[in-house]
Amino acid sequence: MSKFGLVTKGLLKENPTFVLVLGMCPTLATTTSALNGLEMGLATMFVLILSNIVISLIAPVVPDKVHIPVYIVVIATFVTLLQLLMQAYTPDVYETLGLFIPLIVVNCIVLGRAEAFASKNSVGDSALDGIGIGIGFTVTLTVIGIVREILGSGSVFGWKFIEGDGMLAFVMAPGAFLVLGYLMVLFNKLAKR
Amino acid sequence: MEILLIIVSAIFVNNIVLAQFLGVCPFMGVSNKLSTATGMSGAVCFVITLATVVTYLINKYFLVPLGLTFLQTIAFILVIAALVQMVEIVLKKISPSLYQALGIFLPLITTNCAVLGVAINVVTKEFTFGNAAHMLNLGEAAVYALATSLGYGLAMILFAGMREQLSRNNVPEAFKGLPIAFITVGIMALAFLGFSGIV
Repeated sequence: MSKFGLVTKGLLKENPTFVLVLGMCPTLATTTSALNGLEMGLATMFVLILSNIVISLIAPVVPDKVHIPVYIVVIATFVTLLQLLMQAYTPDVYETLGLFIPLIVVNCIVLGRAEAFASKNSVGDSALDGIGIGIGFTVTLTVIGIVREILGSGSVFGWKFIEGDGMLAFVMAPGAFLVLGYLMVLFNKLAKR
Repeated sequence: MEILLIIVSAIFVNNIVLAQFLGVCPFMGVSNKLSTATGMSGAVCFVITLATVVTYLINKYFLVPLGLTFLQTIAFILVIAALVQMVEIVLKKISPSLYQALGIFLPLITTNCAVLGVAINVVTKEFTFGNAAHMLNLGEAAVYALATSLGYGLAMILFAGMREQLSRNNVPEAFKGLPIAFITVGIMALAFLGFSGIV
């Protein structure tokens, strides 16, 4: 696959949310607004790129039997790094995303890419793969966030264009499932063309 | 009384899947059939309760005294992975029939974010049940974990029942599979929202 293909495949062909259906928990939980979705996507991308790089470097020397625990420790290390960085520089964001920052450890996208791509490819390609899937995840989360924010609070990225409250259900749990379901339908429809 | 509040709140009001979005991947993955959903619920119940108690103790008597709480994420995921492996080995030895029933689900549970989520929640968040907000003690943490995982089981078994019905119906092409499943869960979450006034 070309370098350009590696970076853009996350948007459509290997979209982590709509095609691979991985990492559903942060997708549903943190997309209450466009900004939250964007931040969560970027946080995941940070871990994804770094863990992909390190895992592609160490994969040849890690014994096959213990490779999963080793990968999880690598990922957990970068998540801890991210937690400390966010607590220091963006405490507000850390507070909003809350539990879902440590939970990047068990996000199946990260371990999935480590297992399916980084362990078999060169460092450069793995980094690009991390960027590509990361972009796909970030864009998807932002789109879901935008839809939920428009319906739920009548605003986009905090810019309010409808007076009043909007449909509160879309900011709460049920809205997350409904919006994701209908966006999936839309994606399927458009992808079939 | 407070124990009762914890149980009702964890199972219905703050249902782990439908209100907290934890463990959605396995929830979607194994809810195709009622029997697998029941098996998975049992395994999750077992592991969440055990993992929460163990990580609670490790946090209290090891990480906090040594000032290592920033290692929580790494420590907890390792403990959970080791625990799941151990449960698998022990279960195979002492109760082969139970192992047969739960066995295939156990390896999947390590990456179930519900387990890590509950473990982290219990040691970092303050809970309000009736009176003032406070950190849970060991007994309350165990009850909370058990009730939360029962809530997981409840949601999963209900959903599996619906999904079995769904599979016999004629769904438009673009809705087939996961999209209609997500929409169904959304409606189910809407129903569970009705519990929110209780506690």
